Amino acid sequence: MQIFTCPFCGPREETEFHFAAEAGKRRPEPAETTSDADWADYLYMNAAPRRPAREVWVHLTCGEFFTMTRDTVTREVSDAAPLPGRER
Amino acid sequence: MKRYSALSLAAEGLRGHRGWKPAWRKARPAPEYDAIVVGGGGHGLATAYYLARNHGLRRVAVLEKGWIGGGNTGRNTTVVRSNYFYPESVALYDLALRLYEGLSKDLNFNVMLSQRGMLIAAHTPMQMEICARIANAMQLNGVDGALMGAEEALRRAPLLNRGPGARHACMGGIWQPRAGIARHDAVAWGYARAASSLGVDIVENCAVTDLLIEAGRVTGVGTDQGTIRAARVGLASAGATPGLAALAGVRLPVLTYALQAFVSEPVKPILDTVLLYLGTGTYVSQSDKGELVFGGGLDRVPTHGQRGNLPMQETVLSGLLEMFPAFAQLKLLRQWGGVVDVVPDSSPVIGPTGPEGLFLNCGWGTGGFKAIPAGGWLLAHLMATGRHHEISRPF
Repeated sequence: MQIFTCPFCGPREETEFHFAAEAGKRRPEPAETTSDADWADYLYMNAAPRRPAREVWVHLTCGEFFTMTRDTVTREVSDAAPLPGRER
Repeated sequence: MKRYSALSLAAEGLRGHRGWKPAWRKARPAPEYDAIVVGGGGHGLATAYYLARNHGLRRVAVLEKGWIGGGNTGRNTTVVRSNYFYPESVALYDLALRLYEGLSKDLNFNVMLSQRGMLIAAHTPMQMEICARIANAMQLNGVDGALMGAEEALRRAPLLNRGPGARHACMGGIWQPRAGIARHDAVAWGYARAASSLGVDIVENCAVTDLLIEAGRVTGVGTDQGTIRAARVGLASAGATPGLAALAGVRLPVLTYALQAFVSEPVKPILDTVLLYLGTGTYVSQSDKGELVFGGGLDRVPTHGQRGNLPMQETVLSGLLEMFPAFAQLKLLRQWGGVVDVVPDSSPVIGPTGPEGLFLNCGWGTGGFKAIPAGGWLLAHLMATGRHHEISRPF
């Protein structure tokens, strides 16, 4: 069992967390002028990087989304931080 | 290629098995080919074989960064089936199953296909309704699906948990008689041997590090064994595909996850079908050696590491024991993981992409092994003709 650290609750078991998306995506707005292709790109396209990855995760028990920086091969976590603009 | 037969086996037996030759040629890469397939798993080797056999291409290379069949082809639970719902999916997976049915003869290599049937077992009335719907769809699509009742299901899998405390009492499910298992290593080795005998170069320990693109056309690949030129490049590299496609500026709707599988110690015959339990998500069959081979869903953590995590092991093992309490006596022999390329709609991505001459065969997710002959057949058709086969067009 791997331990992930929620920036708000501290270290918890990995089963309390869920991967949400790759970090750095920007929601296309306004919706009225966003093409289907741009929307699909935002929803579905991924880099699926090998080694360093910055991702958005959710801590299911507190409901907070946050960013986690991990190595996708070793699964080592190097950083977990609140989303930009969200204070701890 | 020396043909294998009962006679050659008997003759070698009398000579103490000293006359066997390597089944395929270990090649050094030539400077140029007609077509390059990146990835020496089942899909890549099958692609190379069908490029040579169906389309007459003689200068074909398979580039594999490790050893052939060492990725997901050697890490799955060996199940082959075509019990799908959508017509396009049934057409695709049944092409694979039909090719599997003739594969041992076609390749002159025994892939040990055992069509022992597969039951997708339901444990609620709602699941039974879904099963009926899928069985009907299979029949409409011309494959052998049928709805099976609880009595027949329990007759075929008598050790299923049917006590008063059974949490997921089996109500029956979808039965496909032609489904079964095949020897996964033999599929890779059989395609490699047959492709090699048709002149295909199989290059192991050759990692592709670059895609060469000139004026919007693929002109070859850069590797750690030097530059190799070809006007047609096919990617059949599962979890490594996003990184390779990115070399050509192509983004994919792929996330990579670990999928685990397990084998128990061998025991006498106790289960002669393939069983998938909707209630637990665990599936299991018994190998010819007597080991129980089983697996479940994906780990929930995106990864490129070929090993699984403990929470999913617990889920799969507890699911197996819920189905078969008697299996609690067995010891686990091995456990492993492979990196699968998962797409949102669980349907593969087959087709041309990015620069001219680049073709994809990816997104098989958790179901790549059963599709190997079709994936190879269709990618070879695309690479040879530049056009979709009618079965690959929807994907």
